[in-house]
Amino acid sequence: MVLGRTRAVSLLGLSGHVVEVEAHLAPSLPAFTLVGLPDTALNEARDRVRAAVTSTGLAWPNRRITVNLSPAALPKSGSGFDLAIAVATLAGAELIDPVAAASCVHVGELGLDGRLRPVRGVLPAVAAAVRAGHCRVVVPSGNLAEARLVPGAEVVGVDSLAQVAARYGADVDVPEVEPVRDVLPAREVPGVGPDLADVIGQDEARHCLEIAAAGGHHLLMVGPPGAGKTMLASRLPGLLPDLDEAEAVEVTAVHSLAGSFDPSGGLVRRPPYENPHHTATPASVVGGGSGVPRPGAASRAHCGVLFLDEAPEFTTAVLQTLRQPLEHGEVVLHRAGGTARYPARFQLVLAANPCPCGRSVGKGLDCTCRGEQRRRYFGRLSGPLLDRLDLQVVVEPARASDKPGEASAQVAGRVRDARAAAALRLTGTGWRTNAQVSGSWLRDRLGPGRALMVDLDRALDRGTLSLRGVDRVLRVAWTVADLAGRAAPTRADVGAALHMRTRGQGA
Amino acid sequence: MRAKDAVGRHGEDVAVAHLRAAGWQVLDRNWRCARGELDVVALDGSELVAVEVKTRRSARFGSPAEAVTAIKLARLRQLTALWLAAHEVHPCSVRVDVLAITLPARGAAVVEHLVGVV
Repeated sequence: MVLGRTRAVSLLGLSGHVVEVEAHLAPSLPAFTLVGLPDTALNEARDRVRAAVTSTGLAWPNRRITVNLSPAALPKSGSGFDLAIAVATLAGAELIDPVAAASCVHVGELGLDGRLRPVRGVLPAVAAAVRAGHCRVVVPSGNLAEARLVPGAEVVGVDSLAQVAARYGADVDVPEVEPVRDVLPAREVPGVGPDLADVIGQDEARHCLEIAAAGGHHLLMVGPPGAGKTMLASRLPGLLPDLDEAEAVEVTAVHSLAGSFDPSGGLVRRPPYENPHHTATPASVVGGGSGVPRPGAASRAHCGVLFLDEAPEFTTAVLQTLRQPLEHGEVVLHRAGGTARYPARFQLVLAANPCPCGRSVGKGLDCTCRGEQRRRYFGRLSGPLLDRLDLQVVVEPARASDKPGEASAQVAGRVRDARAAAALRLTGTGWRTNAQVSGSWLRDRLGPGRALMVDLDRALDRGTLSLRGVDRVLRVAWTVADLAGRAAPTRADVGAALHMRTRGQGA
Repeated sequence: MRAKDAVGRHGEDVAVAHLRAAGWQVLDRNWRCARGELDVVALDGSELVAVEVKTRRSARFGSPAEAVTAIKLARLRQLTALWLAAHEVHPCSVRVDVLAITLPARGAAVVEHLVGVV
């Protein structure tokens, strides 16, 4: 009776658990069973492991092999356990040194030829191993760059099972093999991105974009087709500051799991930008899939920008599913295979035409839509959703006399200063941008000077603003003040914020 | 007799020699009934063992032990019960073993004794 032991990592959402892989070899009829709640991909590991061991030139132990993945109650999925299962089996057969094999965590998928294939989610898996106190991790060489991003991990990249077996003292030839690289298309790193100088005119919309960037406010742009809404939105990530260390690790982990991450560029340092098409399903936006759900566009936009172009064309279900992440900054997905939590603290940018024909701007004389059509079109953006958008701006059609405005770098500089001022004010509160601050805190800071609130109180009484809307206007007013370098908002700042909140209909 | 039957017969001789060398008392060989055949029935001390002997000349098509399938094991259990019904032997316990024998072209036979496979 011989036991082989090693460790692997099971991922459920972004949280990893270190799993002990035990192989028990009994002198009985040859069989290979895998226990410990494996899913289908993991159950197929038996055939892959057996073929890989044979191709490596090692003798497959003809015993009754029982591989247990403990804790046995935790559901496990994916092909990342192949290497650990092979190592535990070989250790149990005493073909490799059992002590050395037990000292490392193994992550990787095996090919039938014994080569190691890269797997998704290596970054959160290695991070979980290090957190659990297991610093020595063996990963496929295709994942080496990604695994090295985890601080404190001693990562070894290997090309084939033969190389791993030889490390643990097996008597085996290590052939020179072509390492398997990730076949996923490398993601275009939004490092430089489009520049704000490309946008002609649109001074008001630019100003709104700057405020949105400085305060982390959600933004709605309404305008006719071709006015530049999409151009403006795609330039928002360029105005945002770099992600800090914790954010970068979190964002990279999500993208590693989603398979939309190129490890050669290191951690994702720039805010991501996601613009799902309006035919997107709820599962593609907030995450989903059978078994353990995978992150969707909202999570891929974590710490960045989620842009919904032609927002009223999205199905109601998609727009409504966004309310949970907007409120809590994370998505919780329940499936039969388990519950996954993905971070989803994104900045929402919506673009919409004013009506189905898109010409209802200004006096709307060119518009061919009936009033009821117009109402129904905009009614798809529900009240609770619109209420969460701090900035609502009308983007007018550009004129021939319009001039190109400032470049992204200049605006980004002001945004950085404004964010620094806000961060200084919010030190010790746990909040980092004006958009996150609670309403009561804002009102307390205004002090007894109710003069600032006069316009807001009037808007509240007239019913153009909800109580939550008042708080949101105040947040924007603080951001306007931060951008102007003032210590507190003035009545003019509040007026400007109110104007931007209500598309000019509130005051 | 065909070549594969000769191999099987020789393997069974090797198996019986192996069991006798281990001090077992062989009670029956190639016991047949309507349901099938038991290769060897022996007493390991006070325990009755039905032994399935599987012989191969190489491991090219897998180890001989791998050829003992779940269906065959189920049949072995039934046959053991039938053998016990037909004989006046009252062992304190019963089990089924597999002897996997590889007969290389040169050199001695390799015997692998798998104990209590059911």
